Amino acid sequence: MKDFRNIALFVLLVGMVPFLTDSGVMLNFVMTALYACLLSQAWNVLGGFGGQFSFGHALFFGTGAYVQAIAQMQWGLSPWVALPLAMAFAAGVGAFVGAASFRYGLKGSYFALVTLAFAEVFRIVATSVSFTGAGVGLMLPLQESAANMQFANRAGFIWLMLGLVALALCITAWLKNSRFGAYLQAVVALGVMGGAAMAASTCRIFNARRALPWGLVLAALLPCMAITKVLWLAVVMLLLAGWAGGMLLVPLNALLAHRGAKIMKSGRSIAVQGFNENLSVLIMLGLYSALLAWEWTLLPIMLLFSLPLLVAIKPWQARTWKT
Amino acid sequence: MTSRRTFMGQSAAAASALAFPLVGGAQPKPIKVGVLHPVTGALAYSGQQCRMGALMAIEDINKAGGIKSLGGAKIEAMLGDAQSSPQAGTAEIEKMNEAGVSAVVGAFASAICLATTQAAAKYNLPHVVDVGVADQIVERGLKNTFRFGPGYKKCAEVAVASLHALNTAAGKPARTVMIVHEESLFGTGTANLLAKELPGYGYEVKEIIKHANPTRDFNNIALRIKQVNPDILIPANYYNEYALLVRTMQQQKITPKAIYSVLGGAASSYKFVKEFPEAANGIIDCNHWFNPKDKRSAELKKRVEAQGQFFSYEVFMTYTAMMLLADAIERAKSPDRAAIIDALASSKFQNHIMPYGPTQFVNGQNMGAQPLMTQVHKGDIKVIVPRDYREVEPIFPLKG
Amino acid sequence: MLDLNILFPSLLNGITTGAVYALIALGLTLIYGVLHIINFAHGAALMVALYGVYMLKEKLGIDPYLALPIMVPAMFVLGYALQRGVINRASHGKDENILLVTLGISIVLENLALLFFKSDTRTIETAYTLTTVEIGPAFIALPKLVSFAGALVVSAVMLFIVQKTDLGRAIRAVSKEKQGARLMGIDVDHVYAMCFGLGLASLGAAACFLMPAYYVNPQVGNGFVLVAFTIVVLGGMGSFAGALLGGLLIGVVESLGGLLLGESLGQVGIFVIFIVVLLLRPQGFFGAKA
Repeated sequence: MKDFRNIALFVLLVGMVPFLTDSGVMLNFVMTALYACLLSQAWNVLGGFGGQFSFGHALFFGTGAYVQAIAQMQWGLSPWVALPLAMAFAAGVGAFVGAASFRYGLKGSYFALVTLAFAEVFRIVATSVSFTGAGVGLMLPLQESAANMQFANRAGFIWLMLGLVALALCITAWLKNSRFGAYLQAVVALGVMGGAAMAASTCRIFNARRALPWGLVLAALLPCMAITKVLWLAVVMLLLAGWAGGMLLVPLNALLAHRGAKIMKSGRSIAVQGFNENLSVLIMLGLYSALLAWEWTLLPIMLLFSLPLLVAIKPWQARTWKT
Repeated sequence: MTSRRTFMGQSAAAASALAFPLVGGAQPKPIKVGVLHPVTGALAYSGQQCRMGALMAIEDINKAGGIKSLGGAKIEAMLGDAQSSPQAGTAEIEKMNEAGVSAVVGAFASAICLATTQAAAKYNLPHVVDVGVADQIVERGLKNTFRFGPGYKKCAEVAVASLHALNTAAGKPARTVMIVHEESLFGTGTANLLAKELPGYGYEVKEIIKHANPTRDFNNIALRIKQVNPDILIPANYYNEYALLVRTMQQQKITPKAIYSVLGGAASSYKFVKEFPEAANGIIDCNHWFNPKDKRSAELKKRVEAQGQFFSYEVFMTYTAMMLLADAIERAKSPDRAAIIDALASSKFQNHIMPYGPTQFVNGQNMGAQPLMTQVHKGDIKVIVPRDYREVEPIFPLKG
Repeated sequence: MLDLNILFPSLLNGITTGAVYALIALGLTLIYGVLHIINFAHGAALMVALYGVYMLKEKLGIDPYLALPIMVPAMFVLGYALQRGVINRASHGKDENILLVTLGISIVLENLALLFFKSDTRTIETAYTLTTVEIGPAFIALPKLVSFAGALVVSAVMLFIVQKTDLGRAIRAVSKEKQGARLMGIDVDHVYAMCFGLGLASLGAAACFLMPAYYVNPQVGNGFVLVAFTIVVLGGMGSFAGALLGGLLIGVVESLGGLLLGESLGQVGIFVIFIVVLLLRPQGFFGAKA
């Protein structure tokens, strides 16, 4: 995806900086800038994507810092082992604060305030308890070596930070796209609603087979979506696809239910219908994921999926059925 | 072609003339020295006082003829702002290093000094610490770090020994002690050292209370002091809290036999004495102080007060640190960093206004450094211990 | 430790300190109750007011209590201007933006103060700074008793304004139903600005009462912001009685907490209460459901 390609380019360019310059000022600046980038991405996940302003983010920073220091000084761990441990602790605290706040339905300003309060509580405790060094804090003994994560040259810090920043950027890129995907799914759902409504008002159960041509529309749309690059066009197509789906399925579902009620009790027929539908969905999604994993590109996949529709619908149009 | 030859000849002559430093009025290259202090942010007041001291010293050195062994080269200050944070201080060191400074004087606060000396060590850049009292600063084995003034271990030792001397001389009226300290490095370190030393001299430490920075209200602590009723109260905190505590004690009518502070934030501050004359009266402090018997101190004090500023410890500590550096550059006969480090390490600098013993650097700490005991008498701060520098007889205890 | 001679003065001290906290919270609760703005600039505004009182005393020799008729209107004007000119314009009506704009204002104010006044602490000396009044075993500083009385008076005034005046009716209308009020011909922007002005005016009063017993430096506001928020949430956003009671309660909790847990850990009591209230009863004692 474009985002990951950009991230890789960024990592490459910044990673080259320690080779291109010896200037302490420049290296210090790059290190500090990466640091700021990491901090802001941490806030961005909640603030930008989640839409919730956290005013207590320092809490997670502090937790990570203290755990890293305590793990090194009091538990004797190597800094490289302590690093993921610190991240885990901070994530745990984040989960705790998030669970407490969102469980009680806090949003907006209330959420901002409660994060502020949590941060203050932890700060006060940290400056009062002895194993955090109380008000004095903890100072790591000076021992320059790569194994000790104390690099003699700024370059070591830059590469470490770069790695962490790249990780953060990848996570946010993934989040961004999945959120976007959710938006698009919503568009389809809107289409379905529209189609279903229209079907309900125009189609009569006797003429259910009139809905069948919509299946062709759907089949045609699938491969088209695979090759669409323009957003507005894709939105229109998704809307149409949803509409077609609604138009197709509502009468057919009604027909099935009607006929099924004649063959078996109505409750049972609905159950059988539901089971079959969901089984099909599962099989289709499974197949889709498997094809993606085997690195099929989108167009062949979509062509593949439009086949059953064509195969199933065409002959039926010709047949006459009894209702 | 004659014109060209003459031109070449003339320029050659001019160039060779200019090559001799004193001919043609050419000045020797100035020696760049970094002056790094937190002049903005929470520590801005102290940082600005320090900077003032440094600049006054540079002015005095240059007026007296600069560095004579380098042909009268002037010292040129490169000012840096540590913005009250170690990271900003480190960034400034990087900038100063690239600008080619020969040495750095700074950075007032212990936390900032820890970071800046370490950053400077990478480039073997000599760093003279002006105030920063944390002992870790000179205990990390960094060859480039030098501190002329005392650390707080030394201050605590002197304070306890002097207290004992005062107490004994007065017939041992005081036996119980209570310590109120702020919770960060300075306060906690001081309190721990005192708690360790005092029992050895026969004093009972009845209670140690720590408080946050900032603390808005000292009523509870004052009540506790009233309840414990110690003979001696030892506060170790920064200016605001010190002032609030003393004021609250006055309101609650709490008067121990002595208020004895170690590196007290306000106790030997002219600002405090001016603003709270009643509350300050009689407070004894063990702190950085100048030699009261040296006439130059009085002159320096007058100069500072003429500018409308207080003659606080930041001023004379940094002034002296800069003088020490100038002396080292003089003896090194070179602006080269390694040479200056060697000169500092072997320094026997005596021409200063501080009440120190003979200068001798061990691991970057001047062993001759010591704090003095001062007491507030009638709105002025006077030295009481040691006897060599005594200005008035100490009043101990404050009440019978 | 729980000896009455210590407990009683501590309690009284907590109440008087709480009264000052309540004064600060009163403005905040009005601003939140009507504008639904969490005003992060409240602490910085208090700092500005304190500097105002300081300058009046040092340069013009005006006693802080006599400065009330100067500080209160001055802070009102500042509040009105800030809301009308800055917050309203910059936030485009969105809640999250307002949070950030007020945070930005507080940073600007703090640094302007750093620029003009430097970072050293200033205090004022008045004839009555060190006077104490004996109540049983306790010595209560006179300025603190005056603040207590002041808090009661200011709450009463605020309540009067909101309940009995035309402006108050407009304020209540706007806070209940903004669009409806607009349709009734009420100038909503003006009412918002008046509210903000009133909120800051109460800070002006708070500063006059606080200065004799305290000090000022550019960072002083930060210490009060969180406490003020706690009180507002505890008492119910928009309720004056709640702010007053909440303030007194928090003052007592802080004082007793400090006594029992030590000065540093004692502060934690306030924030634990804050979190608990936010989670279990976000509307506080007297507030409407948020």
